[in-house]
Amino acid sequence: MKIAIASGKGGTGKTFISTNLFHTLQLQGENVTLVDCDAEEPNASAFIKGKLLESYPVIQLVPVIDETKCTYCGKCFEYCNYNAIFFLEERKIIKVTEELCHGCGACSFVCSYDAISEKEDTLGEINRFGVSSHSELVEARMKVGVYSPVSILKEAIKAAGDAPIVLMDSPPGTSCPFIQTVDKADFVVLVTEPTPFGLSDLRQSVEVLKTMNKPFGVIINRADMGGEGVYQYLHKENITHLMSIPFKRDIAAVYSKGELLCEEQPSWQQSFSSLFNQIKDLYGDSCH
Amino acid sequence: MKIAITSTGDSLNSNIDPRFGRCAFFAIHDTDTKTTEFVVNTNNDLLEGAGPSAVRSVAKYNVSVIISGDFGMKVKPLMEKLNIKGITHKSIADTVSDIIKYYKF
Repeated sequence: MKIAIASGKGGTGKTFISTNLFHTLQLQGENVTLVDCDAEEPNASAFIKGKLLESYPVIQLVPVIDETKCTYCGKCFEYCNYNAIFFLEERKIIKVTEELCHGCGACSFVCSYDAISEKEDTLGEINRFGVSSHSELVEARMKVGVYSPVSILKEAIKAAGDAPIVLMDSPPGTSCPFIQTVDKADFVVLVTEPTPFGLSDLRQSVEVLKTMNKPFGVIINRADMGGEGVYQYLHKENITHLMSIPFKRDIAAVYSKGELLCEEQPSWQQSFSSLFNQIKDLYGDSCH
Repeated sequence: MKIAITSTGDSLNSNIDPRFGRCAFFAIHDTDTKTTEFVVNTNNDLLEGAGPSAVRSVAKYNVSVIISGDFGMKVKPLMEKLNIKGITHKSIADTVSDIIKYYKF
């Protein structure tokens, strides 16, 4: 069963929920893998300590144009769906914009003059950590300056394989990185906060998930702050409210030290355990 | 010399469009004849690569300078290769004719 932990707004507590849920399930002896899909700034490894099992680069092939062979016919430009080849016929100028390349290889395939070769471009890396005999952390880490984290987080999800429980800590927002993460999930946990900003981004996430036909529920973090807007919205839209986390200084203090609430205050394990059971009961059957 | 100004509309009274790749129009101004032609930017609904495509569109007019609100990281190396100078103009209340006067073209 694959569960994505996501949010529209950043900083609502995705990693907090992911790492504590992972820790609780791991202690219960579940065979669980946490994938940190937030490749632009992965930080689950700050909370989950494990032994590095494997580290490998994520590579993409990008075209290199040999202008001594190029006849400026424009075929590669015409075939590129991503505007990654800049071509000005009149001035015989051709240039690859590597950031836009998706590595599909159409340009080199279509070139009749053998003018396009491919070079390897490193986009990021995948780090696999063994946490216990039955649990793993997989981290997607993007190279600074790379245009999109999508191919790196996809590779990380692939690395989790078919572990019985896969938790995916999603990147924030509702754009491609979010969509590519939740697309692989059987169930999505949306984490929000009861502020107007939290509500606005929650609405956007809900709309996307409805379009994608994904079952989901909502966790309200820092539940005592803000107003009633989020609660009224959940009620009106008939959305499952899975859990609330209070706005407490001691919880923030534990998190800010890179520690796990479920470890420091073990009574929380019960809450995270019942969160998982709730998801399993509601949606688990349809996921297998 | 020809210059391109990103414009929100198709007249000299239109404001500068702060976006380069996804601007509404390009004002192509000829500093020798003092004439300005307005061209629709057909790249502004592209999913990706609107900037590089917009460079291609204006480069066809052999412009030496582009004036816009900002230029993205994928656009700058292309402008360099084409020897086109980019001017970042932040006052979005200015019209195309204000800008032509301001830079004394």
